[in-house]
Amino acid sequence: MRFELTPRTNSSTVMRIFASIAAFITAFLIAGFVIWLMGRSPLAAFDVYVLQPLSDPWSLQELIVKATPMALIAIGLSYCFRANLWNIGAEGQYVIGAVLGGWLALRTHGTDAGLWVLPLMLLLGILGGALWGLIPAFLKTRFGVNEILTSLMLVYVAQLTLDYLVRGPWRDPQGFNFPQSVTFDPAATLPPILEAGRVHYGAVFAAIAVVVTAVILGRTLFGYRLKLTGDAPRAARFAGFSSKATTLAVFAISGGLAGLAGISEVSGQIGQLQPSISPGYGFTAITVAFLGRLNPIGILVASLVVALTFIGGESAQIMLKLPLDLTQAFQGILLLCVLAADAMVSYRIRFVTRGGGK
Amino acid sequence: MKADVPPSGTPLVELKGISKRYGDLLANNGIDLSIEPGEIQALLGENGAGKSTLVKILYGVIEPSAGVIRWQGRPVTIGSPVEARALGLGMVFQHFSLFDELSVAENIAVALSSEWSLSKVREKLGEISRTYGLALDADRAVWTLSAGERQRIEIVRCLLQNPRLLILDEPTSVLTPQEAEHLFTTLDRLSAEGCSILYISHKLEEVRRLCRRATILRAGRVVATIDPRASSAREIAALMVGSAVGEIRTDAPHHPQGEMLRVSNLSMPPAGLHGQALRDISLVARAGEIVGIAGVAGNGQSELFAALSGERLPDRAESVVINGKPSGTLGIDPRRRLGAAFVPEERLGHAAAPSHSLSENTLISHAATEVSRSGFILMNAARRVARSIVQSFDVRTPEGDPQARKLSGGNLQKFVIGREIIRRPKLLIVDQPTWGVDAGAARLIRQALVDLAREGSAVVVVSQDLDELFEVADRMAVIHQGTLSPLKPIGEWTKEAVGLEMLGVAQAQGGVHAV
Repeated sequence: MRFELTPRTNSSTVMRIFASIAAFITAFLIAGFVIWLMGRSPLAAFDVYVLQPLSDPWSLQELIVKATPMALIAIGLSYCFRANLWNIGAEGQYVIGAVLGGWLALRTHGTDAGLWVLPLMLLLGILGGALWGLIPAFLKTRFGVNEILTSLMLVYVAQLTLDYLVRGPWRDPQGFNFPQSVTFDPAATLPPILEAGRVHYGAVFAAIAVVVTAVILGRTLFGYRLKLTGDAPRAARFAGFSSKATTLAVFAISGGLAGLAGISEVSGQIGQLQPSISPGYGFTAITVAFLGRLNPIGILVASLVVALTFIGGESAQIMLKLPLDLTQAFQGILLLCVLAADAMVSYRIRFVTRGGGK
Repeated sequence: MKADVPPSGTPLVELKGISKRYGDLLANNGIDLSIEPGEIQALLGENGAGKSTLVKILYGVIEPSAGVIRWQGRPVTIGSPVEARALGLGMVFQHFSLFDELSVAENIAVALSSEWSLSKVREKLGEISRTYGLALDADRAVWTLSAGERQRIEIVRCLLQNPRLLILDEPTSVLTPQEAEHLFTTLDRLSAEGCSILYISHKLEEVRRLCRRATILRAGRVVATIDPRASSAREIAALMVGSAVGEIRTDAPHHPQGEMLRVSNLSMPPAGLHGQALRDISLVARAGEIVGIAGVAGNGQSELFAALSGERLPDRAESVVINGKPSGTLGIDPRRRLGAAFVPEERLGHAAAPSHSLSENTLISHAATEVSRSGFILMNAARRVARSIVQSFDVRTPEGDPQARKLSGGNLQKFVIGREIIRRPKLLIVDQPTWGVDAGAARLIRQALVDLAREGSAVVVVSQDLDELFEVADRMAVIHQGTLSPLKPIGEWTKEAVGLEMLGVAQAQGGVHAV
């Protein structure tokens, strides 16, 4: 017996939307089954994971705060993934963005430096992420090194660099030997959008990135260049699009956006540098990018959904004693269900049983 | 085996009502076909007529939606190529399935069942080579062989299994005229020994040379079964296309004027392990003429095309001069802005992106068209351009703005050639303009090339189809192992002379342009 996938001639938008909903329901059913196997009530888990965060104003703000870095990074990654280039190292670009931007915050700490500090920090964050992203791009275009490996390995280099800095030269002398920097000055802090709110201006950057990217990917020659490079690389060369320039450009863009996410998180949310500044946003953003089908609006929605699982996972850990790993497992299940649903919309699946050959 | 011998008069294989449906498309529609023992039968039809589908059904690669196959009178289900071979079917595909790095004998051994040892293969290989005149060196690596020799491996591989029916799919598309004639002799001999042959082709002359019966398919149905020797080429073509095929209008050539393309002493190293180096190529194409470049596949045509289009750059700017400007070091886009246009051999994936709509595909040669402004795509303009290409070049498409892959080969080729011609380029370079294209589309494309030249553009046509070149070219040269023969007016060439150049024999004898 074997499977046969035959392309459907008429896959409609309605079917796609319906399939996405079906994918979510299936993912919840599977997760519920796993929770039931662990001896907890699936209904209680659904309440803690989904309903409570969505009905509480504090959680709703938290949702946006968590979704912001993932949306920014995933938007950047969508440039790479559309062109079939695999930047797996957004986590590292995020960290280096935070380090380079954070450097300025520490340099100007205690001085009465003016309004220029914050914008410059953000620019340095973008620059740091972009440069870190350009390393695997350069290695690929110059020496043909696989970008998946180099971008991934550079994550660890970035993380250990940050670790070294906050334990060594950048450690707060008054910090009781905790591995962390001083708290940033107000001039180096990304303010909340609403007075006393939790949501900082990073969310605005994410919204701008969504709109700008929607225009670039849908309306410009550069957007078409990425699509063509991803779908038919030889045709892209025939169109006069140099694959090297494309590679460098998309790694710089995705690195820059990851760096912006990093510096926004550090200056808007954490307020200082410390060994860990991300619960794995850079990796989860890969899931987010594909959940959102590499479409900017889709990515925005997906980042909110995944943020919900993060927040729900934290409460479930406290209230139901469910392990945090379950959250990651659920994110994986969700991605698999969405991709499978997508495949079933595009293809008809048939089981073929072999008749007698004689 | 004795029990298998059918009563005389029973066909070797009989297909009844074979249908194959892909979604909305009926690729085969109630096809009846029978093949007698020892018969060479032709299966004729345009691309997309359903020939490949039919033979794949027969060879067990795909299963029919409906219909019966009888083998020596017995109904059979052919579930896979293994079962097909066990019955006694052999198939030589158009695209060879050989391992380049392995030797001839190894390539044959891997395809056979495990009871064939390498030494046994070698022994039988020698035997069959001698019997059928299929000279092959058992220990040569495949990548060192010509297309004709590679095809011989495929044929020998089939013959080792003593087939009752041999299916050949467009076997001469990669052969020189001499090699093709050699193949025909072999096939005649096989037929005389009782092996049936199903010969798939769209070249009428070959079919008339070989076959007494031809089944003609059109749009998935059998439209006629005829004796090709009793019908004229034009009648057969009309049956295939469904309407009478007109001849190409070629007025007396205008006097060629300014040089649009000058290639001088172009040499390039091979692109990859099995690529072909270009050696000292020189040629000139003037406004108003069509320059043909003949040659067997793999002799440097794609390398020459890449150097002319700017997809691979030679070292010296002077080696390619377009419209008076040294362009060797310019990429494809600047060359387009100089008035050049290019159509590569591969339609899907090179000339066009399969999953993109036709309007998006107009963007691929965007530099010289009006479909973008300061980095933004003018989608309406792109749709308009796509529509006017579809109308002017009779591209038959599904409704609206379909994906390129939804078009048949011939229609997509009309689209990609139309996309370049509609810009009225001063220089058009096209590689294999009608490769795998049906007769109707081929005629339209050739006419469009001739018209473009007569309107004052220079056209360079690289083609393996000699008939095509003799029909459209004003001057012609032959490429062999990366070297180009002198460019001569078409009237000074004979098919024999071209064949000798294709084999490199003329050079060895004459030494005209030996280094």
